[in-house]
Amino acid sequence: MSVRRLDKNQPESFQFTPETEAWTVELLKKYPDDKKASAVIPLLWRVQEDCGGWLPEPALRAVAKRLEMAQIRVLEVATFYTMFNLSPVGKYYVQLCGTTPCMLRGAEDLAAVCKEVIGPQNTVTEDGLFSWVEVECLGACANAPMVQINKYYYEDLTVESFRKLLQDLKDGKEITPGPQNGRQGSCPEGGPTTLHAYCKPGGAA
Amino acid sequence: MPEIIIDGKQIEVEDGLTLIQACEEAGVEIPRFCYHERLSIAGNCRMCLVEVVGMPKPMASCALGVNDLRRGPNGELPEIRTNTPTVKKAREGVMEFLLINHPLDCPICDQGGECDLQDQAMAFGIDSNRYAENKRAVEDKHIGPLIKTIMTRCIHCTRCVRFMTEIAGVEELGLIGRGENAEITTYLERGITSELSGNVIDLCPVGALTSKPFAFTARPWELRKTETIDVMDALGSNIRVDARGTEVMRILPRNNDAINEEWISDKSRFIWDGLKTQRLDRPYLRDENGKFRPASWDEALAVVAKRLRDTQADKIAAISGDLCAAEEVYALKMLLDRLGIKNRDCRSDGTKLSDQYGRAGYLFNSTIEGIEQADALLLIGCNPRHEAAVMNARIRQVWRHSDLQIGLIGEPVDLTYDYHYLGAGPETLEEVAKGANPFADILRRASHPMVIVGQGALTRADGAAVWSAVARLAAELGIIRPDWNGFNVLHTAAGRVGALDLGFLPVEGGLDRDGILAAAETGEVEVVYLLGADEFDPAPLAKAFVIYQGTHGDVGAQHADVILPGAAYTEKNGTYVNTEGRVQFANRAAFAPGQAREDWAIIRALSGVMEQPLPFDNETALRAAMITAFPHLGQQDEIAPSEATGLTALAKAGGRLDKAPFKQAHPDFYLTNPIARASRVMAQMSALKQEELKRENNDKEATGTDG
Repeated sequence: MSVRRLDKNQPESFQFTPETEAWTVELLKKYPDDKKASAVIPLLWRVQEDCGGWLPEPALRAVAKRLEMAQIRVLEVATFYTMFNLSPVGKYYVQLCGTTPCMLRGAEDLAAVCKEVIGPQNTVTEDGLFSWVEVECLGACANAPMVQINKYYYEDLTVESFRKLLQDLKDGKEITPGPQNGRQGSCPEGGPTTLHAYCKPGGAA
Repeated sequence: MPEIIIDGKQIEVEDGLTLIQACEEAGVEIPRFCYHERLSIAGNCRMCLVEVVGMPKPMASCALGVNDLRRGPNGELPEIRTNTPTVKKAREGVMEFLLINHPLDCPICDQGGECDLQDQAMAFGIDSNRYAENKRAVEDKHIGPLIKTIMTRCIHCTRCVRFMTEIAGVEELGLIGRGENAEITTYLERGITSELSGNVIDLCPVGALTSKPFAFTARPWELRKTETIDVMDALGSNIRVDARGTEVMRILPRNNDAINEEWISDKSRFIWDGLKTQRLDRPYLRDENGKFRPASWDEALAVVAKRLRDTQADKIAAISGDLCAAEEVYALKMLLDRLGIKNRDCRSDGTKLSDQYGRAGYLFNSTIEGIEQADALLLIGCNPRHEAAVMNARIRQVWRHSDLQIGLIGEPVDLTYDYHYLGAGPETLEEVAKGANPFADILRRASHPMVIVGQGALTRADGAAVWSAVARLAAELGIIRPDWNGFNVLHTAAGRVGALDLGFLPVEGGLDRDGILAAAETGEVEVVYLLGADEFDPAPLAKAFVIYQGTHGDVGAQHADVILPGAAYTEKNGTYVNTEGRVQFANRAAFAPGQAREDWAIIRALSGVMEQPLPFDNETALRAAMITAFPHLGQQDEIAPSEATGLTALAKAGGRLDKAPFKQAHPDFYLTNPIARASRVMAQMSALKQEELKRENNDKEATGTDG
């Protein structure tokens, strides 16, 4: 983690989309009238989605105004949580898990692929398609190494499968979330084995 | 009341205390950085760790209440130890962590010598550091012309954030980022717009937030410290003036729970650069070409004396100003009495208050501390945020911690707390008085209701009628009771109550301020003596012969024919009576510049030249004479009880009310007196505030950030 600052290039203005506004009205029903600030994290998250994966400064002000809270309070939240991006990200935002289990299973090789295919961390490729960042544990250690691209996890990666994944995205092909080595969920590799010993075909023991 | 044992000593403490407070009662000092008794508890510095018997780890004593402790299995009292090796080790550990990233720049740090971290490192720290890695460095933030930031020194205690949010009520400071990257800043490094922001300098336990105007000018131990009284508003906040030689270097608050607690406003704190600029440091006379030329005291006083002697008494008038101490007003009054001059007034801003209904008619009768009991409050033509910023913080505290209902008649300004906006002018006032407004019921039902009328409502042409209407409202709604007087006048001038007490008002047949100004315009009044009077449009004085005795080349001096340089509030001893009627004594911290003299001495000298010598030769004799004539002025730090009976007559006085809405007495907080107008810092703050207001208005008008 490093010091987090708002991006130098900011749009002039920001407006909630009608859908987000309607969604916000529903969201605020969960909280008492004088506790609108409670909605700050969900609303920032929604706004980040609307803005293509990052939070422009005018959006922070708009959220502050919508929730009747001080602008500095919104900035505090936005800078505290690393899941809020303060600079633009690629259309495909790759979060590479670099924590111990993934690292032991080859996350560093995946990082090298990112550097080669996408470029340095936190920079968007010229075509606007990719940016990547190394993050702390995403909680999918059983399928290490893994990355998160936008909302989904892509697990059990190898250098080759990860490279292919990125190429497919570049080519505009559909990619399937989950393990990339044919494994189902986090079942043992090569099919279920553990229960074979006493789980007779045709019925449970 | 729980009993506990602290370091082997058994004591009984009040319910709800924290361990750190209990330890203080037991006479044990606990080191701390983030804890402050007037702020909420953060518990993040960990410096106040103590050992609680039975608990496996040291506990933060600021965040643990005495009521949270339980007796032991055999009924033993809870026991706290603060002098064990565990505690020592814990403190040393915390200190070592704090010092990991704290720079060793004490020799160039303005906090040096009065730094909590420095002091506590001496007392509780260790002499070496096991941390060999690079230290953290943090970008400095711009947060306005008052507060200098060196953020690398910040230890993240968040006292400043809590102060601004809780006490000042302006949510502008915040802690962004997290962990090692946490930083204190304002949104996009905008300047702080609170009137109380300077207090974060005192609160900061390290040198992260220091005074920008004071930066690199002096060390605390080389300053001469004088305890005195502030005159920027009528609260009489207790201050300490630090001077070196003849120069005032800075102003700090003193604790006084009855008035300012431990805060002062930015105007009180940063005014001192105004004491050095635009000063009148020698007498001046206006020559034939209309230009000022320097003169000697003898020459100037001779000109004044001749003019006063050659003019009929009814063509002479005197107006005393906002910052005058009681002594000089009393001296001037004696001189006017001897010369038979009836035209005199101390109400230079044109307020219609007078002493004819007794002191209760013009005092803040509930007292500032009384606000804490109030459960309903009506503000009339009054913006306490500008007129008494420190008191506004107290209203905010009461509002935060109780269900105090606040109503406002006047300009709908941001007061840092919510209020019922009742209306803009006298019509609403009458409506409430008649009980036609729902807020009347709130006042009537309250156990300690208060009304505060400000100078914005009293300086109007119909001010006397408004004054009476407020008293009528108070009477109708039962706000004045045998044990509680909720009728309050909030003054804006530090010298006003003192001058009203002394009766520096037109003698029967004499003219008041408006009369004097009108008569000066027509030529009926030929000579006007201004004793530091600046708060009016001086145009009507163009024709008259004006004697200006004061400190700054400000409004009052514009049309002066003779200038007699006086002493500012830090340069003289004097008695001030605050808006509650509390008598306080201001001490001299430095001497007046050049040939400027203390004001009473100038008046005494003038009386000598006029061969009407006043019966005192020194300050003590003058004060003794004044106290003999007005005994309550001798009771320092006391509020002489005032009978509320006069208020009945005031309520009956009546008068025609205008329909015009009430205006604020001080739309610009920063430029309210000659010293402030001479101050560069105040000018910068005023400009910053205008800019922020403009931004706020832009934000309010839908500009694309609208939902």
